[in-house]
Amino acid sequence: MKLSLGPLQYFWPRERTFAFYRQAVQWPVDIIYLGETVCSKRRELRTLDWIMLAHELAESGKQIVLSSLALIEAESELGALQRLIEQGQGWIEANDLSAVQLCRARGVPFVASPTLNVYNHRALAMLMEDGLLRWVPGVEQGAALIDELRSALLEDGGDMPEVEVIGFGRLPLSYSARCFTARALDVAKDQCGFRCIDYPDGLPLATREGRPFLRINGIQIQGEEITDLGPELPALRALGVDVLRLYPQAEGMDEIVAHFDLARRSVTPPPRIGARNGYWHGTAGMRSVDLP
Amino acid sequence: MHGPFPGLNFNDEELRQGIAYAQTRQRKVYLALNTYPDSARLPHWYAAVDKAASLGCDAIIAAEMAVLDYAARHHAKLARHLSVQGSATTAPALRYMYERFGISRAVLPRVLSVQQVERLCEQAPVPLEVFAFGSLCIMVEGRCQLSSYVTGASPNRHGVCSPASFVRWEEHDDGGRSVRLNRVLIDRFDPSEPAGYPTVCKGRYAVGSETFHALEEPTSLNTLELLPRLASAGVAALKIEGRQRGVAYVASVTHTWREALDRYHAAPERWQARPEWQSALSRHAEGHQTTLGPYHRHWH
Repeated sequence: MKLSLGPLQYFWPRERTFAFYRQAVQWPVDIIYLGETVCSKRRELRTLDWIMLAHELAESGKQIVLSSLALIEAESELGALQRLIEQGQGWIEANDLSAVQLCRARGVPFVASPTLNVYNHRALAMLMEDGLLRWVPGVEQGAALIDELRSALLEDGGDMPEVEVIGFGRLPLSYSARCFTARALDVAKDQCGFRCIDYPDGLPLATREGRPFLRINGIQIQGEEITDLGPELPALRALGVDVLRLYPQAEGMDEIVAHFDLARRSVTPPPRIGARNGYWHGTAGMRSVDLP
Repeated sequence: MHGPFPGLNFNDEELRQGIAYAQTRQRKVYLALNTYPDSARLPHWYAAVDKAASLGCDAIIAAEMAVLDYAARHHAKLARHLSVQGSATTAPALRYMYERFGISRAVLPRVLSVQQVERLCEQAPVPLEVFAFGSLCIMVEGRCQLSSYVTGASPNRHGVCSPASFVRWEEHDDGGRSVRLNRVLIDRFDPSEPAGYPTVCKGRYAVGSETFHALEEPTSLNTLELLPRLASAGVAALKIEGRQRGVAYVASVTHTWREALDRYHAAPERWQARPEWQSALSRHAEGHQTTLGPYHRHWH
């Protein structure tokens, strides 16, 4: 099973981001996703910086995939997407249909991200005609759906693409035109001051009973729990999952990668270092926490 | 079609009668099939497309590629509209759906400013429909898992956000109330405070030292004052949310918009949003408040 470093969901300072990836390239991950997927105003690294970083890291022999914005509203964002796709090297992670269309038009292979709604084998087969080579199921899709989809695809005479499952990190749950970080800090979105740079793991949101619940990350909302499918690795293998995705966190990512690297090479499943992912077992995503 | 929520949909006979009733009055009927079936359940969605065609619906509103593909192949004459749940916000995304499945209209997610809607109207390969009035869904439709994170049921798979079966109201001794969604506290109300339907995005939470509507207040979307701009941009249709609404709501809201539209067409240059229209609409809004939401640049 391959390990991937999913795209950085948070906004970190430029030097910290470069330092992180220059370390990451030494880690035992096979695939690194680069790029801004949440907010186009986060420009510590501009599109060209991400492309140059991709070219630099590609020399390591790891697969580098450039990941696109999940929500595209402005012309400038489409322009950035176009530059990503036309950089002429490697795959794109398509986070919305705009990216699928542009990849399809230019014959660029792509990974379907969790924000592309692929729920059945017919949709997957059509996207494969368009250039899909790897599929990351959506956050709410668990073992049963993947198993069922695979059977249906094979029955139709199709081939399964590579399957990549979110193995570690906070699940991206939703996207909005609103910036929730700006709202929480009572500043206008247009004058946000790029304050999400102050929250390298997002801004915690709790219920009125004080129970940690969600994370605010600009225009994105994540689940508070850090999901961990390590203990489910034997089931993932049995299901034919090709890649385990680890989302970058601000601290201790080298140790997390080492933990999963050891786990993938072991026959015994590792101890759980994060929370259960209810979605994987066909129930509510947050069913990892003990509800009162 | 029959989903897991009996009562939300027409049965076959009601559907047949409803379509006949509308069509004899020169009204069109579009059937929404905008959930995302998994592989095992695809045949049920295909059957629903067949049914829409055989009953003479004027269009289906769908989001999912397999459903649109099936409809295009088997019922080429049945118009296909891309649902808001399809999350298409750009000209390339719309072109994909147009080239792949021959959609003839698309409903835009409620995330674009009016300037962005105007520009998209110029570039889109198909006419566009936008939300004019109703609940303000603040997340990109088709891309929100907040409900499923808490309950396991998602708008994409189950066609509904925050299913009523997971909602629990608790009365407090002082007359206040708390509301939980699958045991997660969504909000707590003082005795005098009006309480809206509990969706995760409209609850009150603690962020830092503040407790507030961290994602959105319970408020409705109302674009009445934008009507001239939407009309001159060439928006094909305005969508008024009507699902699971009472007769009084539907009658009052549609009458108000009809009058506003008719007056606009009669004399576009003299048109103004009338206070009595706005107050009629506000009476049907969540918390009696309305907003232009993302149509307005300052909604943040």
